[in-house]
Amino acid sequence: MSDASRGIASTFTQLVTMTKYSFLNYLRARRFLVMVLLVAIVNVVLTAAVAYTRSAVFLNSALAFYGTWWGGFIDIFILLTVVFFGGDAISGEFQNKTGYYLVPNPIRRSTIYVGKYLAAFIASTLILALFAAFTLANGLYYGMGVPTQFLESFLFAWLYLLTALSVTFMFSSLFKTTSISILITVLLFLFVFNVVDELSTVLLKIEPWFSITYAEGIVANILTNPFPPHFVPAVTTGAAARFSFPTYNASIIEGLAIMAIYLVATALLGLVLFERKEFN
Amino acid sequence: MTNPSIDIVNLTKTYGSFTAVANLNIKIEGPKCVGFLGPNGAGKTTTLKMLTDLIMPSSGQALINGENVHTHKRAALASVGTLIETPEIYPSLTPREALNMVAEMRGVPKAERKKQIDEAVSEVRMGEWMDKRVGKFSKGMKQRICIAAALLNDPTILLLDEPTTGLDPRGMSEVRDIVKSLKKRNRLIFMSSHILSEVADVCDEVAMIDHGKLLVYDTLPNVTAKFSGDGNVVEVGLLKSVDLAFVTSTVSRISGVDTAEIIDDKKLRIKFTGGLDVQASILSDLLKQNVSVLSYRPAASALEDVYLNLIKETL
Repeated sequence: MSDASRGIASTFTQLVTMTKYSFLNYLRARRFLVMVLLVAIVNVVLTAAVAYTRSAVFLNSALAFYGTWWGGFIDIFILLTVVFFGGDAISGEFQNKTGYYLVPNPIRRSTIYVGKYLAAFIASTLILALFAAFTLANGLYYGMGVPTQFLESFLFAWLYLLTALSVTFMFSSLFKTTSISILITVLLFLFVFNVVDELSTVLLKIEPWFSITYAEGIVANILTNPFPPHFVPAVTTGAAARFSFPTYNASIIEGLAIMAIYLVATALLGLVLFERKEFN
Repeated sequence: MTNPSIDIVNLTKTYGSFTAVANLNIKIEGPKCVGFLGPNGAGKTTTLKMLTDLIMPSSGQALINGENVHTHKRAALASVGTLIETPEIYPSLTPREALNMVAEMRGVPKAERKKQIDEAVSEVRMGEWMDKRVGKFSKGMKQRICIAAALLNDPTILLLDEPTTGLDPRGMSEVRDIVKSLKKRNRLIFMSSHILSEVADVCDEVAMIDHGKLLVYDTLPNVTAKFSGDGNVVEVGLLKSVDLAFVTSTVSRISGVDTAEIIDDKKLRIKFTGGLDVQASILSDLLKQNVSVLSYRPAASALEDVYLNLIKETL
């Protein structure tokens, strides 16, 4: 029997509905306003600082400008948006009991999950776009033009946002308490991945190809000329040797591949977790 | 329209060594209201959650209109309105948006959406709050919106878990009226409740469970006839009051009646021995005696007797 003859909407229509109303909920939430204000404050401060100092760090070249302005800050804003919009996206359905309003309808749990994910991605994209708009406006004002590397960096950041949200949604599906799922997300992206990257590189001397934050390096690295070498050995002579460690840089292909694998794997795992999670 | 049905087959839910629902079998068919009774922790909500995909059974099946809720959820819940525990709505949405969300999910055609939402909202008397944010609502107001959501798309089955929880007395009465009106529209309502008078008032049948096991499932009069320790009791609502002399000389002498007493000037309480046939013949005799009967139903206290007897026996 078809959906129409049963009198229920198609899965696609339900997905659009779920996305639409979840997005509306994000858009009206205080945390969205907080993110907009944060982006505005940081960019106004940067605008004033560059206008006042005319620093060569920014104004030396187009890539220096975009690398410092966009490349220097966008990762922390992506982290904040995924925490704000994804940290409790699924755990909140359990703790806040909103799942009791949604799940007992003739709708697949996967439709709810994907709808919420798309809504969080659209809301996060608005934040990303706002930051990009501030960056571009200043870049154009200072006559830096729009280098293709900036467009590539924006697309890499967008993919990283998509992936980081997927990872966050997966962890959010693991817990039924919003504070725990948010805390875990913050710890993971701020500390755990970075510490693992460092331990892997410095102690084990292994390229951290398994780390999402390692892959994210391509967002800023694409704005450096030339693109950093894949491996930079530690300095072994002179005074600097004591504080020098080897460094790995993900190539663009490598970074994109790692993000794609994380995206698919965590999306599937998150869906399975949500399908099996019980409202009790 | 086919007969709405709920078929619970060997349904079991375990959490480690604890069994919340044990091999539960209930088959409910046709338009009626079935009260689902049991003490706290008996397994009522767990059963309702298994019927609505909120939790998965450890074994057994939950079928709605012949469709397995866990393997064919969309088909099973296509014509089901639900209210399980006290759901929350996204706080920044208005009732209009929250109800549109459910209406769109449930496939209410766009042309009918506004009419259906307006009707559902007017049933729960929340019309004036339609464009305010839900986050500022009281628990009772949210419960009313959730009841309105359950009524969208004219479901043939309603699964209600303590639907009057959180409502004020007027709200409780309104919910009971909604359930009664749904019964008249040939809907199947499966409703858990702790309020026995509510069940006696609106339900045709009762299922009682304790420790996850079904104790009894039958019509309300049969259950009270079989299990009430004090015999059967009916309450008779009257249009005109009757005096004590008439009650003792006439009503008490009707065949099958053990005792008859005046509760207030327009209500009698009759205790009798026998089943449904005796209950029916007493009503018939009352009418023959020109007693102006407004209502005639098993007393809530009879159901309470049954409840206490059965639950006590399982301890």
